[in-house]
Amino acid sequence: MTGTAAPAALAAHATLAASAPGAISAPPIEYSQLGPMLVVFGAAIVGVLVEAFAPRPARRGTQLALSLGGLAAAFVWTVVIAASRQVFANGSPGHTAIGGAVGVDRPTLFIQGTIVVLAFISVLLIGDTRFSPFVAQAAAPPGATAEQEGLAAGAMHTEIFPLTLFAVGGMMLFPAANDLLTMFVALEVLSLPLYLLCGLARRRRLLSHEAAMKYFLLGAFSSAFFLFGIAMLYGFSGSVSLAAIASTAASNTSNSTLLFAGIALTGLGLLFKIGAVPFHSWKPDVYQGAPTPVTALMASCTVVSAFGALLRVFYVAFGNLTWDWRPALWVIAVLTMVVGAVIAITQTDVKRLLAYSSIAHAGFVLTGVLAVSTAGLSSALFYLVAYGFTTVGAFAVITLVRDPGGEADHLSRWAGLGRRSPVVAGIFAFFLLAFAGIPLTSGFTGKFAVFQAAIASGETALVIVGVLSSAIAAFFYVRVIVLMFFSDPVPDGPEVVLPNVFSGTAVGVGAAVTLLLGIAPQPVLSLASHAANQLFVG
Amino acid sequence: MRLYLPIFILALLGFGFASFSVFMGTRLGPKRWNRAKLESYESGIEPTPHPPGGGRIPVKYYVTAMLFIVFDIEIIFLYPWAVTFNKLGAFGLVEMVTFVITVLVAYAYVWRRGGLEWD
Repeated sequence: MTGTAAPAALAAHATLAASAPGAISAPPIEYSQLGPMLVVFGAAIVGVLVEAFAPRPARRGTQLALSLGGLAAAFVWTVVIAASRQVFANGSPGHTAIGGAVGVDRPTLFIQGTIVVLAFISVLLIGDTRFSPFVAQAAAPPGATAEQEGLAAGAMHTEIFPLTLFAVGGMMLFPAANDLLTMFVALEVLSLPLYLLCGLARRRRLLSHEAAMKYFLLGAFSSAFFLFGIAMLYGFSGSVSLAAIASTAASNTSNSTLLFAGIALTGLGLLFKIGAVPFHSWKPDVYQGAPTPVTALMASCTVVSAFGALLRVFYVAFGNLTWDWRPALWVIAVLTMVVGAVIAITQTDVKRLLAYSSIAHAGFVLTGVLAVSTAGLSSALFYLVAYGFTTVGAFAVITLVRDPGGEADHLSRWAGLGRRSPVVAGIFAFFLLAFAGIPLTSGFTGKFAVFQAAIASGETALVIVGVLSSAIAAFFYVRVIVLMFFSDPVPDGPEVVLPNVFSGTAVGVGAAVTLLLGIAPQPVLSLASHAANQLFVG
Repeated sequence: MRLYLPIFILALLGFGFASFSVFMGTRLGPKRWNRAKLESYESGIEPTPHPPGGGRIPVKYYVTAMLFIVFDIEIIFLYPWAVTFNKLGAFGLVEMVTFVITVLVAYAYVWRRGGLEWD
């Protein structure tokens, strides 16, 4: 599968290029190792052509099949590469493709596989058009007659599917990027479609527009910071390659101002995407305003991808400077856990609640990152898988609890839901318990793994803060459960619709993985530790 | 520092020329007041009328401008490729064809969905 065609093609390029005077040597392009990303991007491009040429009624089905098929093929290809004996021959940590621009190594493949599976489930949610959460005509102003006409005609922007695939492709490239410029391109490729998708909610459109606008402006700022950081690091080392920055940082101690400014600014860009405090303020607004399937995609895939990129940059490029960045990241991790947990208590909107919970969880994963060890890396990877599946499942449940005007987001509407619909409320309670980290759920295993790794690296104080903020967080999760099961139902409360194949699969897979990783986490734990056994390739 | 001297001199010349022209323009130029001159500039004399209560606003300029940028960027990539065509060889050709095809996909989308029609 891998590597056999590419060297031959490379040789052909080289001979052709050598014939001209002063030929530029072309970088090798290992198409087989880039396959998963190419499949996703290819499916997105075909999706754009479908939008252009397919008749309107055929579009939705075609797009859905194309997206799901592309993601499934990408997952299979990722597994094939991970099992390949050529890429990982003789205990090699992996391979850097396209002349060192893209790393193909075990942690990256693990992250990419996770992203693809979570994206598959999110696309199922996006494809559930019974109560389509997406606007019929995005160009029509809220409340205009054109909007009503579009709704009546059953119009739908099927461009959502290619946009999602472009975003997912960017998310797969983001943690794989082995030089900072490729990483920046990946960051933009994943962000731009997401900005657009955030503004497409059918109901409460002004809130959705506000979310898209805020996300775009703040995201553009953070991208600018990231780019400025790249410029600093380039000024310091004369290269944008992560490995070159690492080797310059090890040998050159003179220009450290440039280096530290570069670490701070690139770190800021990455921490923004993760939603770490104090770069978190976009998260509640965007998660609340975006259509719920898009929120599910952002809360799972984007977080996984951004953590992958953060791990790669800090472990590969700044791996020799642990003592310099650890204190700063320590403060950010503590702030993220505490602020996320404390502010979540005051939330009255279920999507905002999950947004603050996502901030707190980012802090827990940062604990694993701060361990700076293979155990830390593997625990962070495991945590991301556990958290991703629970989140997708929880947002899928939110799409099922409905008022006449849309989803019943306000928590007061959820009162007494357990009496009205015990199964759905029970599953949501299970997800909340997983977020809280109660044993027999994946949340417990994940927290245990990151805290254990952090203690092994001597970060006991951090773990104490982590455990305390877990306790605070558990309070508000349990409060929602109490609200659902022990309060009187509100009169004319929300209707709980029966899940169909799409949302049912999302809820089911989320709940099954959450339970499985709580009861029998060993296969995934050993897969994560196998993936983290060899760190990222430089 | 000597390396940067020409840049500083060029910058000074630029600033000097700009301020000189603006200053002399206000001194010497004739002034005829006209309402349109004080309105916000928007690709033409008449700013696009904003419908009361927030209805639809035409985005024709916007679509055209965005399309222009797509093809502008394409040209930016094509020029250096054309100059180094011989040196890059078959590799460059394959990559550039891939790039142009992806741009054409976007073009096909715009064409089929009516982005090229003015009215």
